Amino acid sequence: MIVLTPVVTALAYLVAAVLFILALKGLSSPKTARRGNLLGALGAVIGVATVFLSNELDHIAWILGVVVVGSIVAVLASNAVQMTQMPQLVALFNGVGGGAAAVVALLELQHADTLGFLVAVAFTVFVGSVSFSGSIITFLKLQELMTTRPVTFAGQQIAMILVVIGALAGSYFVIADANYTWAVILMALGLIGGVLVVLPVGGADVPIVISLLNALTGLAVAASGLVLGNTLLLVGGTLVGASGTILTQEMAKAMGRSVSNTIFGAFRGGTSAGSTEMSDRPVRSSSAEDVAILLGYANKVIIVPGYGLAVAQAQHTISELQQTLEAKGIEVVYAMHPVAGRMPGHMNVLLAEASVPYEVLVEMDQVNPQFKNADVALVVGANDVVNPAAKTTPGSPIYGMPILNVGDAQQVVFLKRSMRPGFAGIENELLFEQNTTLLFGDAKDSLTKVLGAVKSL
Amino acid sequence: MEAMNLLTFFVLSVFVGFEVVSKVSSTLHTPLMSGANAIHGIILVGAILVAGQAESAFLLAVALFAVLLATVNLVGGFVVTDRMLQMFAGKNKPRATTEEAAK
Repeated sequence: MIVLTPVVTALAYLVAAVLFILALKGLSSPKTARRGNLLGALGAVIGVATVFLSNELDHIAWILGVVVVGSIVAVLASNAVQMTQMPQLVALFNGVGGGAAAVVALLELQHADTLGFLVAVAFTVFVGSVSFSGSIITFLKLQELMTTRPVTFAGQQIAMILVVIGALAGSYFVIADANYTWAVILMALGLIGGVLVVLPVGGADVPIVISLLNALTGLAVAASGLVLGNTLLLVGGTLVGASGTILTQEMAKAMGRSVSNTIFGAFRGGTSAGSTEMSDRPVRSSSAEDVAILLGYANKVIIVPGYGLAVAQAQHTISELQQTLEAKGIEVVYAMHPVAGRMPGHMNVLLAEASVPYEVLVEMDQVNPQFKNADVALVVGANDVVNPAAKTTPGSPIYGMPILNVGDAQQVVFLKRSMRPGFAGIENELLFEQNTTLLFGDAKDSLTKVLGAVKSL
Repeated sequence: MEAMNLLTFFVLSVFVGFEVVSKVSSTLHTPLMSGANAIHGIILVGAILVAGQAESAFLLAVALFAVLLATVNLVGGFVVTDRMLQMFAGKNKPRATTEEAAK
């Protein structure tokens, strides 16, 4: 039903768009982040309410029913998911958004008449589909339902080139005579393209890809705003597209990689493929009791939490170990690498979940000079972020990535599942150093044993 | 003219989007990405428009599918971001937690 005049409608959309801007602004600072997110949600509510009140819509009962069902599913999924699995949930949400944009554009093809709108339809259908299937593959990789290593096959490049040529041809027919069949073909090509783009990306680079697909979905939504002549979709989508692009670059920078290398590296037979070979060089492996003694008689311990900690769900155990050591008068801090965990900032979320106080999480630049004075650096499930090859080996895939200088500590203790290299697939020289001790096993099991041994010291 | 207006909106939004997220601490990259992800769920508005104008049962079914996907994106995006940020909020107020513990 039409309750709102065009002017009021435009104003309501303006308010919603401003709320989106404030949301992104708020999310950029720790203090205002939560409020920012809520402002964004408010903007979304205003936008959705406005569309109902400013258009003559049929099937309202159906639409509301589906919205209610979708909301229930989304809330249940968001609350049920473990914090460690959150990156893949974000990927999934991003994918369905892209899929929705593609479907909306496809259905609007019948109303698109001018050249600009037809181009926008073709763009949205293709890019939305890429984002959808790409995100699904990302989800499967992060959920470890498929291998996290880069997947390459002969003819991958040719397949990709064919998809691009097909997409250009499809776009031409969609634009030239608003052809539905070609629009559907374009959608199918987009789905294939998304799979092809994400398959060769290695597990460690997946966060960058999620961010990139997020930006792409934003652009697809913006283009669908052009198709529908809806300013809110245009502004909201563009904001995400632009901010997502910046965010993707920032993430890539923090990981010492370039965005194009991430996406095309494996295509070019690039270096990120790495190896899964186990090394057979001699290392000093030790027992939980020995590690407990090292820790229990230290003055200062620096914990380096990594990916493996997150996978083993050991954040609560490490938090307890930290408290136990502190009770013995030992100074304990966490060294936070910008990309520890599965996404930049992910480890901060995980440790916050385990109620680790903010003060003991020390950012890389502040903590690096402290390693010299530390008796023990306890590296839990981290590898690439402490690998000196990033500094010393120019040919290495992680060369140039800023790392934590754990080698400066008196003793380095690695808790590792095996001698398998990290996600970048490169051996870590640090493991073979004189002052390095290794404790093999699942991070949670190892930490529980160490914790028990520390308590009984 | 309509097209020019839309182009203007587009270009200005690009600059605003670049501006608001520059210099974000890496700590917040994950929630920021998640929040931005929620915002593009606003495609729900488009999906509702298309569903409300569907002329056949088939088109309606397809459009309702888009409504479902978009709702999951929008609602799920904001809820999961809030869940993440709740934890940050908790650790910014360590004093409050100790007081609670003392009670």
